[in-house]
Amino acid sequence: MTAAQESPVSVDAWAELYTCSARDVQRRTLLELARSDERIFCVDSDTGGFEDGFAAELPGQYVNVGIAEANLFGMSAGLAASGLIPFAHTMSTFATTRACEQLKLDVAGNNLPVRIVATHGGLSAGHYGPSHHALQDLAILRTMPHLTVLVPADAGETALAVRAAAHHPGPVYIRLGRNATPQIHREPYAFRIGASVQLADGDDLTVVATGPLPVHYALGAREQLAAQGIGARVVNMHTVKPLDQPALLRAAQETAGIVTVEDHVVVGGLGGAVSEVVSAEHPCRVRRVGVADGYLDTVGSEQELLADAGVTVDHIVAEALTLLDPARTDNHHTRRR
Amino acid sequence: MTRLAVSTEQLADRAHRAREAVLAMGASEHGTHVGGSLSAVDLLTVLYGTVLRVRPDEPDWAGRDWFVLSKGHAAAALYAVLAEHGYFPPEECRTYAQRHSRLAGHPLRRLPGVDFPTGSLGHGLSLAAGVALAAARTGRSNRAFVLLGDGELQEGSNWEAIMAAAQLGLDNLTALVDRNGWQISGRTEESVGLEPLADRWRSFGWSVVETDGHDLDALRSVFGALPAAPGRPTVVIARTTKGRGVPIFEDRKKSHYVRLTPRLHERALAGLRARRRNQA
Repeated sequence: MTAAQESPVSVDAWAELYTCSARDVQRRTLLELARSDERIFCVDSDTGGFEDGFAAELPGQYVNVGIAEANLFGMSAGLAASGLIPFAHTMSTFATTRACEQLKLDVAGNNLPVRIVATHGGLSAGHYGPSHHALQDLAILRTMPHLTVLVPADAGETALAVRAAAHHPGPVYIRLGRNATPQIHREPYAFRIGASVQLADGDDLTVVATGPLPVHYALGAREQLAAQGIGARVVNMHTVKPLDQPALLRAAQETAGIVTVEDHVVVGGLGGAVSEVVSAEHPCRVRRVGVADGYLDTVGSEQELLADAGVTVDHIVAEALTLLDPARTDNHHTRRR
Repeated sequence: MTRLAVSTEQLADRAHRAREAVLAMGASEHGTHVGGSLSAVDLLTVLYGTVLRVRPDEPDWAGRDWFVLSKGHAAAALYAVLAEHGYFPPEECRTYAQRHSRLAGHPLRRLPGVDFPTGSLGHGLSLAAGVALAAARTGRSNRAFVLLGDGELQEGSNWEAIMAAAQLGLDNLTALVDRNGWQISGRTEESVGLEPLADRWRSFGWSVVETDGHDLDALRSVFGALPAAPGRPTVVIARTTKGRGVPIFEDRKKSHYVRLTPRLHERALAGLRARRRNQA
């Protein structure tokens, strides 16, 4: 059987997913799952848009707890402890900083099968300003017991991740952007939690990325590097916890080092996690591309703010070149700061 | 013995033994939250003795009523009452707060009878509301009870849950407020006041029952008539006395957290037993 045949989503349906944002794909997928499994429960915190969809079709499996994220997680924990499979919807920043303690104690600490659907990840709501930036969530979530953290790279992978999360035994956090995603995966494949996807082969260095634009930019950087005769392996790390350690160790052993790319602060997120793994098992150079540790007191589109922060194709290329030749001094990263 | 056959005198005996157990835990190496445990003992005794549909030998029984101790610092009272009802041997209370004991300063999930570990205030009502909603939506008859401290109601998350539970019409949810009037720094009304507490709950759409939290018959009758109104969650505001039953601690700020020396333990026990003799 081919990978596409193993996927729960058909080839025809796959292409159609890319006409929607990852957020819309998640909602459609959830509704499909809930139609055939009455344990699946949609817990909303007034995120908007469920009124004419899930809430109208399956009102018995839907609840809106209001603009109240602490209660969102507490009630979801109560639902999960009672045998239901709640998908709790909010934005990434509210999930991880506003209601952090409920996430820690009630959901993760109790190892309950709550699925947190966290939209507006990274800078995908950059136009709203810093109240809606989610740049710390991965660092916070990596410390949470029992928790699985998924960051689908595109709309199709979102459909697969939501299906995989639905029947995963413990708590799951699914980080989604707000916007339409570039298509990373050309066809459906057999998504497995914790198993990264190697999107391109290469022996000189490895670029490990998580999230829609970081993965997209990683693929762009690979093309530029290829033009210079450099072979970059590209890995879509769609599961940030637990990390795919074998894939990282292969990268550390088989290539010169790793460039990480994330729409998250450069401390404690993907770059930190990758560094922790390789430093213990097979030390190699790791260059981290992400948002500088600080407060983005500004506004702009997702792409604009990522560019300001240095999460760009050019910066990934520069970091790759620095990694291969540590003597380089004219790299983008150093210049920028 | 069936529940209905439990006499008030038997409940009073159980409550007395629970208070002795609380004092014993207060005399342990680390001490305990004595005042807020003693104020809750009668509520818990009547709840477990006459109201909750539970199977102590099968704590995860699917048909059970759920209880959440949102004021997790009253753990000693919960342990005493759970042990009294056979969830674990009463002797285990001697392990309180010792290394690897199942009895911590705030409840651990590993203890039979504890569905949700608590201790950080303002979590329990949401948890209980989730349990109540699950039962309502799946057509099951489980009920959810949660014991809140009065000072705890200063945590805003409670009011998120209070609003949602009323909106959802969760009449299988009952909140009990241990209204002992104190928090660690002093009287609640001198900190961030809660009054008019009954009106506040009522204005949020709950049925409110006010009662004497130490009158076993009154509690039994209140708990036996739940929900107080169909289609609404009920809150029982139980007027209690911090440190109840032990004269040196009653209505005293310093009873909040006590590590009883052997001498103080003896005095406390003597006062408790004298009070019990006078009542009996």
